[in-house]
Amino acid sequence: MNVPAAWYLILAALLFGVGAFGLLTRRSVLIMFMCLELMLNAVNLTFVTFSRSLSDIAGQASVFFVMVVAAAEVTVGLGIVVAVFRQRASTSVDELSGLKG
Amino acid sequence: MAHVATLILLMPLVGYLFVLANGKGLSERAIGVVATGVVALSFVLTVVAFFLLLGHSDREMTVHLFNWISVGSLHVNAALLVDPLSITMCLFVTGISALIHLYSIGYMKGEKDFRKFFLYLNLFVFSMLLLVLANNLLVTFVGWEGVGVCSYWLVSYYFDRDSAASAGKKAFLYNRVGDIGLLIAMFLLFHATHTLNYLGIFHAAGTLSPTVATLTVLALLLAATGKSAQIPLFNWLPDAMEGPTPVSALIHAATMVTAGVFLLVRMSPVLAMSPDGRATIAVIGGVTAFVAATIATSQKDIKKVLAFSTVSQIGYMVLAVGVGAYSAAIFLMIAHAFFKALLFLGSGSVIHSLNGEQDMRKMGGLAKYLPLTFPTFLIGWLTISGIPPFAGFFAKGDVLTNVFEHNKPLWVLGIVTAILTAYYMSRLFVLTFRGTERFREDTHGHDPHESPWVMTLPLVVLAVLSILGGLINLPWAHGRSLAEFLNPVLGYVPHVAAASTAAQWGLAAVDVAAAVFGLLAAFSIWRNITESSRYESSFLEHVWHWDDFYDATIGRPLTEVAVFSDEVIEPKVIDGAVTGIAVATRNSAEGLRKLQSGFARQYALAMVLGFAVIIVYLVARVH
Amino acid sequence: MIASTYAVPAILVFVTSALLILVGAVGVITVKNPVHAAISLIMTLFGVAVAFIAQSADFLAAVQVIVYAGAIVVLFLFVIMFLGVDRPTRMNVEPLVGQRSFAAVGVVITVAGLITLMASSHWVSGAKSVSGHPLARGSENVKQLGTAVFTTYLFAFEATSALLIIAVVGAVLLARRERASTPEEVNA
Repeated sequence: MNVPAAWYLILAALLFGVGAFGLLTRRSVLIMFMCLELMLNAVNLTFVTFSRSLSDIAGQASVFFVMVVAAAEVTVGLGIVVAVFRQRASTSVDELSGLKG
Repeated sequence: MAHVATLILLMPLVGYLFVLANGKGLSERAIGVVATGVVALSFVLTVVAFFLLLGHSDREMTVHLFNWISVGSLHVNAALLVDPLSITMCLFVTGISALIHLYSIGYMKGEKDFRKFFLYLNLFVFSMLLLVLANNLLVTFVGWEGVGVCSYWLVSYYFDRDSAASAGKKAFLYNRVGDIGLLIAMFLLFHATHTLNYLGIFHAAGTLSPTVATLTVLALLLAATGKSAQIPLFNWLPDAMEGPTPVSALIHAATMVTAGVFLLVRMSPVLAMSPDGRATIAVIGGVTAFVAATIATSQKDIKKVLAFSTVSQIGYMVLAVGVGAYSAAIFLMIAHAFFKALLFLGSGSVIHSLNGEQDMRKMGGLAKYLPLTFPTFLIGWLTISGIPPFAGFFAKGDVLTNVFEHNKPLWVLGIVTAILTAYYMSRLFVLTFRGTERFREDTHGHDPHESPWVMTLPLVVLAVLSILGGLINLPWAHGRSLAEFLNPVLGYVPHVAAASTAAQWGLAAVDVAAAVFGLLAAFSIWRNITESSRYESSFLEHVWHWDDFYDATIGRPLTEVAVFSDEVIEPKVIDGAVTGIAVATRNSAEGLRKLQSGFARQYALAMVLGFAVIIVYLVARVH
Repeated sequence: MIASTYAVPAILVFVTSALLILVGAVGVITVKNPVHAAISLIMTLFGVAVAFIAQSADFLAAVQVIVYAGAIVVLFLFVIMFLGVDRPTRMNVEPLVGQRSFAAVGVVITVAGLITLMASSHWVSGAKSVSGHPLARGSENVKQLGTAVFTTYLFAFEATSALLIIAVVGAVLLARRERASTPEEVNA
């Protein structure tokens, strides 16, 4: 018996939601990045599910590229985090409020 | 002929422009000569035009000056209509204006801004001629407004006097209210006949429905009451006596105030279509004549008596128009111009000799000191009282005979008014020229002196005209009379039985009896006294409290509204709205500023919420 | 080569992967210690890898474990240690007013909406591709994926390669310690 694609899609949606909530709620920059990774994984899962149900390899190719870009993004993002938070004691993103109007 | 007519109109304008351009450098004498000269020239040209018109077979001629307005179906040209009515008006307007210009050279001698006076006077003559010679209602309206504004300038000539300034304002405002009537009439006529040209309107007059005709006539009546000082818009005229006496003579006796009557006579084909309108006109005229005469009996200022007398006499003219006796109205207009100008100029001479005194209680016994003013004034007095064979007797008699034929109650009112007219004029005459001398204080003990020839010559001329004036329309001279001359241009009036010759003699006798009765009454009462609580009343002196009535019903409520607007609406509503916009903008900006908190997480939250909204929209759309 | 001959019921695989994913995800967002959060993240990534395998994406599952769980999370841990923030943080207080409640509302609505949209379009509304082969397992999957990447999506492949180079250079520049500028450098 095959698990219907719907279940995986729901799972991916829930994962996305959890990741989004974490992104909005946690103050630590590093944890926010991890939540970002959760969201990206949810998207990947969706792509793969659709790829299987539509029998199109393009979905998996998309995931391939998403992973590459996610890696690059984490690299640069963490570089920025290091550059910004090198001198401070905490990594709370709330400290970066210089754009207050 | 076309050139002559154009020149008649333009000469006063030339005078105005010349004095305007060069006046500051010219002497008083030069200004006076130029200003009087152009008007005199205009008069000469009018006489020429008169004879040309007599020779013309059509007795009417349009002189086209230039195309003015051509919009849609409205075509108005600047053009003149030379016909018996306009030539008659021009004759006495230019003639009397020339005489008064001459008089003013002497009267205004030494006044500051002599030049300004003659500027306005010339401009006034130009506007009056434009009004009279126009061939359509719109050009007439231009002249109408022109005389109004010149009257305003001239009445407030002594503008540093509060009373003069507000008198000028009052004159202008009352005129303006009347002008609404003329505008409404123009709108109605254009709507009905699609033309503002007189000849066009007259051809189409027969097609006017009774309602439209009556409304038009009532609107014209409103305009006439404003300009000619009839009820309900008459109380500007007594106040306008603040202006110099020549102004009172020219504008408020002989010319401008006759413009209203002229308009009604000019529009007589339209009046012919509305019996109700004519009846209203007659009633207004008769009642005004009576009311003004009663007021004149209690006035103390010589010029105010003459002012109310003017209102009363014009009431007679309006009454004549109302019963359809158009040529009688014009006849009285001409005679009135002669004798009223004479009386005003004479009173100006008296005032001049007494160094500016105008209160009759401080005059008296002037007969022997003013050898030219006295006899001319006497002639004017007899004329206005209606003593034969002077012009006033024939003119007033013509009017009253026609009124008798149409409307007996108004005739009775007219006779009562005639008695009062003779009475108050005789009272004026007695208080001014006879009785004891009460003026020594004003002349500082000296004898009053007669006026110079520039002032007395016009008096003499006018006196002669007052004597002979009746000749232009003798009741038995059918054929060579004013009525015959004017007949082609006047509208049709339903024919009533003319009074028989015997009846006419009888009416004439009644007129004379009324005049003599009034005259004798005044002589007997006023020979020895200057004030009388029995024969004068403060109700009459205060113009039947008309001014107070207008003040209470119109003036004060309007002031309240204005004060309310100033104190409440202006700061709270208008300023409030403008400031309110600024305040609202600033407050909303302050509120929106809170969105820029600087916290990235809040920005992210905003994005998520926005996305949630989009999702909800998409879900809703699918279902 | 992951054999596909196991007769493990698909549903069991699904439940396993779902548990791993969700528990890991909730762990990431709730634990206080960043290092613990990283560990939770690994758990989620493993769950996703299991789901990939169940969906015939074998190559991707491998890449997931190698790149994501192996490289990216390790990178995270490096930075955590480097910055010295491996201590637990205070979680109970939220300085921004209403952030949590609004976030919860927004997220719930979004997820519910997404699920509803997918449900109303019958979950998978596209047409089955007729051009390609049905997905294969194992080495066949690698072959298929490779063919797709290197032929149809070659341009994207090249672009992402360039992106990687740029990312590396950028990261090096960003993380470099600031050096005091010498007078020659100022005048240049």
